[in-house]
Amino acid sequence: MTTLLIVLPLAAALIVWLLPLNPVSAGALALLAALVEVGVWIQMVVRYDFAAGGLQFSERRSWFSDLDVSYHVGVYGFSVWLIGLTVVVMAATIAYAFWVGRERVRAYMGLMLFLTGAVVGVFSAQDLLLFYAFFEAMLIPLYVLIGVWGGPGRMGATLKFIIYTMAGSLLMLAAIVVYGLSQNTFDLVKIGESSSQWIFLGFVAAFAIKSPLFPLHGWLPDAYRESPPEVAAVLSGVVSKAGAYGFLRIAVAKFPDPAHDFRVPILALAAIGLIYGSLLAFRAPDLRGVIAYSSLAQMGLITMGVFAVNDLGLDGSVLQMVNHGLVSATLFLLAGMVERRTLTGELGRLGGMARGRPALATVLITTGVIALAVPLSSAFAGEFLILAGIFQRGWGWALAGAVAIVLAAMYVLRLISAVLHREVGPAVSDAALDLRPAELGVTVPLVACLLALSVWPAAISEHSFRGDHGGADVASQFK
Amino acid sequence: MIPRPQVDWFALAPVNALLLATGLALLCAVLVPRPWRKGVAASLCALGYAVAFGFAVALYVRSAHGQGVVADAFRRDRLAQLATMIVAGSGLLSVGLSYRERAREDHAAEYYSLLAAAGAGMAFFVAANNLMTLFLALEWFSISLYILCAIDRDRLGGLEAALKYLVIGSFGSAVLLFGSALVYGSSGRLDFPGIAAAGGEHDALLVFGLAMIIAGLAFKASAAPFHMWTPDVYEGAPTPVTAFMAAATKTVALVVMLRVLVTAFPTTADLWTVAIAVIAVCSLVVGNFAALVQRNVKRMLAYSSISHAGFMLIAVSADSLLGARALLYYLIPYGAMSIGAFAVVAARERELGVPVTFENMAGFGWERPLLGISMWAFMLGFAGFPLTGGFVGKFYVFAAAYRHGSTWLVIVGVLATLVSLYYYLGLVRAMFMRRTEDLQLAPIGGSPPRDAWLQGSVVVCLVVTVGTFFAVQPLIDLAKHASAGLPF
Repeated sequence: MTTLLIVLPLAAALIVWLLPLNPVSAGALALLAALVEVGVWIQMVVRYDFAAGGLQFSERRSWFSDLDVSYHVGVYGFSVWLIGLTVVVMAATIAYAFWVGRERVRAYMGLMLFLTGAVVGVFSAQDLLLFYAFFEAMLIPLYVLIGVWGGPGRMGATLKFIIYTMAGSLLMLAAIVVYGLSQNTFDLVKIGESSSQWIFLGFVAAFAIKSPLFPLHGWLPDAYRESPPEVAAVLSGVVSKAGAYGFLRIAVAKFPDPAHDFRVPILALAAIGLIYGSLLAFRAPDLRGVIAYSSLAQMGLITMGVFAVNDLGLDGSVLQMVNHGLVSATLFLLAGMVERRTLTGELGRLGGMARGRPALATVLITTGVIALAVPLSSAFAGEFLILAGIFQRGWGWALAGAVAIVLAAMYVLRLISAVLHREVGPAVSDAALDLRPAELGVTVPLVACLLALSVWPAAISEHSFRGDHGGADVASQFK
Repeated sequence: MIPRPQVDWFALAPVNALLLATGLALLCAVLVPRPWRKGVAASLCALGYAVAFGFAVALYVRSAHGQGVVADAFRRDRLAQLATMIVAGSGLLSVGLSYRERAREDHAAEYYSLLAAAGAGMAFFVAANNLMTLFLALEWFSISLYILCAIDRDRLGGLEAALKYLVIGSFGSAVLLFGSALVYGSSGRLDFPGIAAAGGEHDALLVFGLAMIIAGLAFKASAAPFHMWTPDVYEGAPTPVTAFMAAATKTVALVVMLRVLVTAFPTTADLWTVAIAVIAVCSLVVGNFAALVQRNVKRMLAYSSISHAGFMLIAVSADSLLGARALLYYLIPYGAMSIGAFAVVAARERELGVPVTFENMAGFGWERPLLGISMWAFMLGFAGFPLTGGFVGKFYVFAAAYRHGSTWLVIVGVLATLVSLYYYLGLVRAMFMRRTEDLQLAPIGGSPPRDAWLQGSVVVCLVVTVGTFFAVQPLIDLAKHASAGLPF
């Protein structure tokens, strides 16, 4: 079943690339594949035994035996939710791209499907080399998606993006080689813990850049601004979670001693990123800047939850990964919809879009309110758990988190008022339509997921780790 | 009467098949009427390579235990046969590339004859078991390649390339010969096991000889600092010849280097592992940094081939079974990627009629999707991205280096890979992310002719590049059996 989840989008990508379909049928086929993927994932949720927890649906076949590398995939409770985030967001973004009508549809859709398969692979790989292969494979479609379909500054953005991420990945490759050979296996389940700080730092470099963690976020603003909106949605909503997942699955679980030794510096960087990102989001002059920097802040918060390494922090970080994924994907898609109508993302030239556009206003405000973690929202549950978890590691960290939540309220409200309220901006014409049914069809399911999670955040927070004891699960290295 | 050694003709079958093809192709030049000449000569050459490949496979299967043949001058073992298979495969693909090369019309028969002769020399070279056959075989295929570089007499670049290759290549051969003489002087033996048995540990004469042999082979493998000829020759030679040189010459030079060092010089392993590691690092540094500033695609690929020599030398310097496996595995996707990349360059060259630069690759990916996507895969493979065999190759090389205790080589390799991304992805960027309108040159009249042979070769290369990522186990088994005969 796990293999099916990985192979289905890859196979669909090949079909879309190879068959000479017309644009409409290529897009429809891609959308269909993405929806089938969601269906398969729902099957997985239904059949996953959350009471037992642990690795399920695992499949293992030897890839090359002399170094004990295998094709080993399987899912844990938290990977189920991250895969769910992936397939839902990918379906929404593919649908949006289909509706917008990108040039060279077959290439575009194929790449999006390929990306889906790669991300699902990252979240389910149980072999270090396989994990690395999927981790890198994500980069290939992203590089092209930004480089070909991106905005005017796309060349610089892709170059920066690729150099940053590859620098991290290659350090991770060196770490993987050393770690795997010293343990005589590359199987993530079998491999024992290591106390080497260098190997740990190799992994952390890759995940910290992918997340990103302050001060390794140099690629972020350009990549998020120059991408097509749906690619930015995937990048911040889904791909950044690969970094946080790596922290959880590998860095914290396999390197307990180094993770303990480096906890303070990593938490400090995360906290700085959280505050700094929030402040930048508050000052950013454009829509995407606000979302991009808020993404930096949120990833800092999630990293804090992971490195708290206790039940509350881990539960909270998994919940918040899903929340933030859905929120930032929705916001980027909405930003794209606003930019389509106004041809600009500058907040100074927007404004007053709520009047006569009730659907846009409702969707944006709902998402925004969840993003600023208003009580009873799913983000509130996630952030609260993280803060409670990190409080056990020192009240100062929790204080930083609490300050950031206040800042989050400030930047989200600024975003909402700059787009929807105030007087009508120069870029907003009266003819700009409200959200079309198709656009609602893309965003409403995402918002509905968020609302469902707000009603029952425990669906994720209590169903991510074995026996709902994240700390014990990590301490046992998810065996 | 001089006693004649027992000759195992089966062991020589791949070489003889190619020699036969050489002779028959040359006869075509006089016996076959002009309109059919190119086709017949090319088919004979391809047939020769195919038969050689078949014989190499048969020999591989039936040579589980290596043995010396023809008075121990020649080694019948799986290492030689695996290398012969790679050479024969490269040769076959090069024939596909060459078929539509415009300038091929007048000296077609000679061209294919020489191409087969070079392959025969290489098949002999990898099986050489003493310094004499080693040198003879080296000259045999080198001379064929010198002429192949210059076969387009109207192309000034080709003549310049051939002259450079001739002068510097002869210098390399002379160094190798001198080194062989010194080793012979020190050990009194020509055959590799004999030299090892004579075992003059750190005898000055032997060490100097060893150093010169390494230098001579490094010339052929185009490893820095013996690489000076590479960019000019790769740029000037006809592109199919460049493709063949990049894949086959490098393969045989590295395989022979592995064989000579491991079988003949085990007593000085502490010296040569360091020397090879230093050469590897030089190649990685020179190759990658010089490639950064290239605008001509063939020159960029030339520097990239220097840096790949560096990667493969890391595997040689590990002096272990794992290292040998890494090298032999690496050569397979590397050969496919090199030939494929040069094939795409050749296609573009034929379209434009000018040297291919990054600028005039603009929009190529969208105009010719098959070639564009293949080139993309080759570049990703060179850069060691997953979904290509280049990734697994690099991984094995790093694993071998780490097992040998040289973690620093892993770090150097990783940094070199990072630098290399700039120019490999730069080419992808040029092909896909710039519009055709940016292109200042108009193609030379009409749409390019369909070239099924070239496209077929590219597809084969693509399949090998991607397939080696998935089928690692069988290839590693192949490499494992091939390296099992080496005395580690």
